[in-house]
Amino acid sequence: MIAIIKYNAGNVQSVQYALERIGVASVVTDDAMLIQRADKVIFPGVGHAHAAMRYLRERGLDKLIISLQQPVLGICLGLQLMCRHSEEGDTSCLGIFDENVILFPTSGKMKLKIPQIGWNNIYDYKSVLFNGLSENAFVYTVHSYFAAEGKETIATTDYILPYSAALEKDNFYAVQFHPEKSGRVGESILKNFINIP
Amino acid sequence: MNDGPANTETLLNTHLGAGVHGLTKRIIPCLDIKDGRTVKGINFEDIRDAGDPVELAILYSGKGADELVFLDITATIEKRKTLVELVKRIAANINIPFTVGGGISTVEDVGVLLKNGADKVSVNTAAFKHPALIEQLSNEFGSQCVVLAIDTKKEQDGEWYVYLDGGRTKTEMKTTEWAGSAVALGAGEILLTSMNNDGTKNGFALDITATLSNTLPVPVIASGGAGSMAHFKEVFESGNADAALAASIFHYKEIEITDLKNYLSEQGIRVRL
Repeated sequence: MIAIIKYNAGNVQSVQYALERIGVASVVTDDAMLIQRADKVIFPGVGHAHAAMRYLRERGLDKLIISLQQPVLGICLGLQLMCRHSEEGDTSCLGIFDENVILFPTSGKMKLKIPQIGWNNIYDYKSVLFNGLSENAFVYTVHSYFAAEGKETIATTDYILPYSAALEKDNFYAVQFHPEKSGRVGESILKNFINIP
Repeated sequence: MNDGPANTETLLNTHLGAGVHGLTKRIIPCLDIKDGRTVKGINFEDIRDAGDPVELAILYSGKGADELVFLDITATIEKRKTLVELVKRIAANINIPFTVGGGISTVEDVGVLLKNGADKVSVNTAAFKHPALIEQLSNEFGSQCVVLAIDTKKEQDGEWYVYLDGGRTKTEMKTTEWAGSAVALGAGEILLTSMNNDGTKNGFALDITATLSNTLPVPVIASGGAGSMAHFKEVFESGNADAALAASIFHYKEIEITDLKNYLSEQGIRVRL
């Protein structure tokens, strides 16, 4: 069984539908026992880092997530919360990944539109998550903050500057984009995650 | 690792001009919905039936549509349940993002639509009448899911004005002014429909699209007037639009999305193929 962590952040339903489309049953829950016993855990999220972390801490979900031994996949805000610190609301996060999360630059020569909304590509794959994908595959992404590149980066995207499109450390995986909304490419990534032994 | 803003600046400077990577221009078919069926108004009138929304949605996503917009043109309280059911079916069946709009006026409406799988909502008349709605939605759900739709018309004085109620009610508000305030309140994207161009198939309104796109810090979706593939190229280049929306030319297969994206790519415009 796949557990999708239920908390005060959006897109949970979309993740569950995406799993259904690839024939995988899942349960949306904040029950510690169910999450601990799940074969795999998905930590989704669209929302505000500070509000989300407060919610997780109040329910002890922060400690639970860090302690998980099975493969865990963070999505979007999930990735950001798995990092060390987020500039959004000056928030201390879970610290699973070493990277920090910062806002896209809003000044300078190249004016960026924020949030980044739409399809961009991922490259420099270094993980089983991207098995079978051709280089520069397109994924759907919506965010204003990003994790810088570091030693845990397993795929890169450029939005003027290169940032971590995905991170991996031990049993923890995370993607900044939305595999549940990224067409066939997203389905492949979800399947690859589900197939991790 | 302790990457702060200073490091970002360095990265930014060393990475200008990377052409292979980056955000693509988006092609967005729009499905007008009435009683659970797809319709398209020509100049907001003369409605014709063009099929089942979910079937069309699956078809378009298979052909490479980058996202979809569903506008419920008969959104009333009684119809709201039908819309929520439709949103559920769409979310369960397609694997690309979609926006739902039409008669949305409360935070509760939006909460229900997002919870059932919509990625974004578009607000129009209600947001104009109560701009605080934009702020509430942005605070509650994040600006990334708040699309401000503006119906605009260029008047004799050469200025673009905001129209409400599906284009039936004129206001004295200039489009640039309203768009600017809405973004300041938290709108994450602007869906701009030119009433002068809509239904004409003579091309998008390039001037107002470029004005908004070049001055606002959020993406602009151009809508109204698409008649040929060259019109899309124009609105991405001269209009600097981030996305282009069209309805009837896709519904009646005058332009196939696959062909359009291949054409744009050949013309040097970055699209998802």
